[in-house]
Amino acid sequence: MAARKPVRWHIAVFLAPAVMVYTALMIIPLFGTLFQSLMNETEGGDRVFVGLQNFATLFGDALWSDAFWNALGNNAWFFVIHMAVQNPIGIALAAILSTPRLRMAAFYRTAIFIPTILSFVIVGFVWKLILSPIWGIAPGMLDAVGLKFLFAPWLGKEEYALTTLALISVWQFVGIPMMLIYAALLSIPDEVIEASEMDGITGWSQFWKIKLPLILPAIGIISILTFVGNFNAFDLIYVAQGALAGPDFSTDILGTFLYRTFFGFQLQLGDPYMGSAIAGAMFGIILLGVCVYLFGIQTRLRRYQF
Amino acid sequence: MSARLSPGRTIAAHAILIAWTLVALFPVFVIVINSFKSRKAIFADPLALPLPGNFDWVGYETVLKQGDFFLYFQNSLIVTVASLFFVLLFGAMAAFALSEYRFRGNTLMGLYLALGIMIPIRLGTVAILEMMVASGLVNTLTALILVYTAQGLPLAVFILAEFMKSVSDDLKNAGRIDGLSEYRIFFSLVLPLVRPAMATVAVFTMIPIWNDLWFPLILAPAEETKTVTLGAQVFIGQFVTNWNAVLAALSLAIVPVLVLYLIFSRQLIRGITAGAVK
Repeated sequence: MAARKPVRWHIAVFLAPAVMVYTALMIIPLFGTLFQSLMNETEGGDRVFVGLQNFATLFGDALWSDAFWNALGNNAWFFVIHMAVQNPIGIALAAILSTPRLRMAAFYRTAIFIPTILSFVIVGFVWKLILSPIWGIAPGMLDAVGLKFLFAPWLGKEEYALTTLALISVWQFVGIPMMLIYAALLSIPDEVIEASEMDGITGWSQFWKIKLPLILPAIGIISILTFVGNFNAFDLIYVAQGALAGPDFSTDILGTFLYRTFFGFQLQLGDPYMGSAIAGAMFGIILLGVCVYLFGIQTRLRRYQF
Repeated sequence: MSARLSPGRTIAAHAILIAWTLVALFPVFVIVINSFKSRKAIFADPLALPLPGNFDWVGYETVLKQGDFFLYFQNSLIVTVASLFFVLLFGAMAAFALSEYRFRGNTLMGLYLALGIMIPIRLGTVAILEMMVASGLVNTLTALILVYTAQGLPLAVFILAEFMKSVSDDLKNAGRIDGLSEYRIFFSLVLPLVRPAMATVAVFTMIPIWNDLWFPLILAPAEETKTVTLGAQVFIGQFVTNWNAVLAALSLAIVPVLVLYLIFSRQLIRGITAGAVK
């Protein structure tokens, strides 16, 4: 144990660059924003400290709270779709890819990850084109297999738009869980797999009984990354539906709500104080999720050293 | 040797992977084929391949005449590569300190750095902009590099620390007995072993930086510092009805990040296999 040495300067050297850049450009501005959420302007334009009043308005005043709870509910649904669709597909693809001696595995892995590297500008534009009832790639393709009656302008209908956008997002980001799980699966040593085969555990039961427990830490990581990414999401909704998150706010999530409030949109003026309060609420929600993960889940996962 | 798969299962595996590959690539395919077609052909038959009858360069001509796309590419490349370098270097160093040493405040420092994973750096945009104005860094690539380094560090530290925990202690202690300094242990023993994780972090760090629209728009919107994503977005806004030009601009915007990704994904493959075999 190195703990007996008096001062271990190398620890400081290792930590200093990251901590300095991070503190200056992330933490200080962030706390500036949180502090601002406790302030407001008087009629005369002076900044005054108002405590938690902005939050009381946000959660309780119908003018704000309807939009807030709507955005929060939509955001939760957005997250549920990702957890239920994106992560299982990602794990399944990784499991198939890690099959020993599978030909072209590198090609599949590279190709499936390509949507993830595209910018939201491209993704939003192309899916709007594909799903557009006018240009009609999607209706044309459904027609070709005799399912045209299933087509609806998915992005334009209140009841489908959010789910459609969530699935577009799943399409785009399924590569991330796939890659992380794939790397985790490859790092399982051959001896473990061989030992299980000696005991007659192969195929599906090998995946469920041997590999899955070993990759649980990686699944934990992708779950929390999905949670954080979804509750920070903004760009896809913005490029596909605009800052008003139409139709009729049915795709409004916390990110777009924050953007509209903070910077203003059309006739609505920007309100930095309420914007900061929304940012503060998002901070709280995400902090809660991460604490649940760090203290409730991560500490219970067993980690194996090989 | 692991058991050979039955042919049926191999075929099923390929079928699933091919199906998802088609789903993944189809939209890109739609953009690229239509960018080479005449306006009439784009609307008449969106899925037709660009053949002599409907082939047309007009979209690319408009793009190359209009925007300064080469400069935009160069800016994006400089910003992405520089940020990536700092994120990987600083991130790995901090992750090593956190996963290797027990010191007072270790857990606290880990939580402090992990805070940035959950909090989008965008929430602090106004304060960042004020800071950049005060230090005269507005409309410089340096401003973007600084912000993206801060943005990428938390995730890099988090993932790398996870992976560094599984590097065997015996190896590091053997290095210490042989008289290696802590710096040598980090650079020559631990870094090579976490290469797969580094490649993973590189891919995950690079993509949001390349594709970011927000900070280029706010911190560096000047013509000479525009990134390619901002350039494409401005272009879509200007040429919203000129689909040839928009599709050509989007195709061009895909190319560089695709090349960068393909380079890293080879590293990813090499890194992953090296890590697995040891």
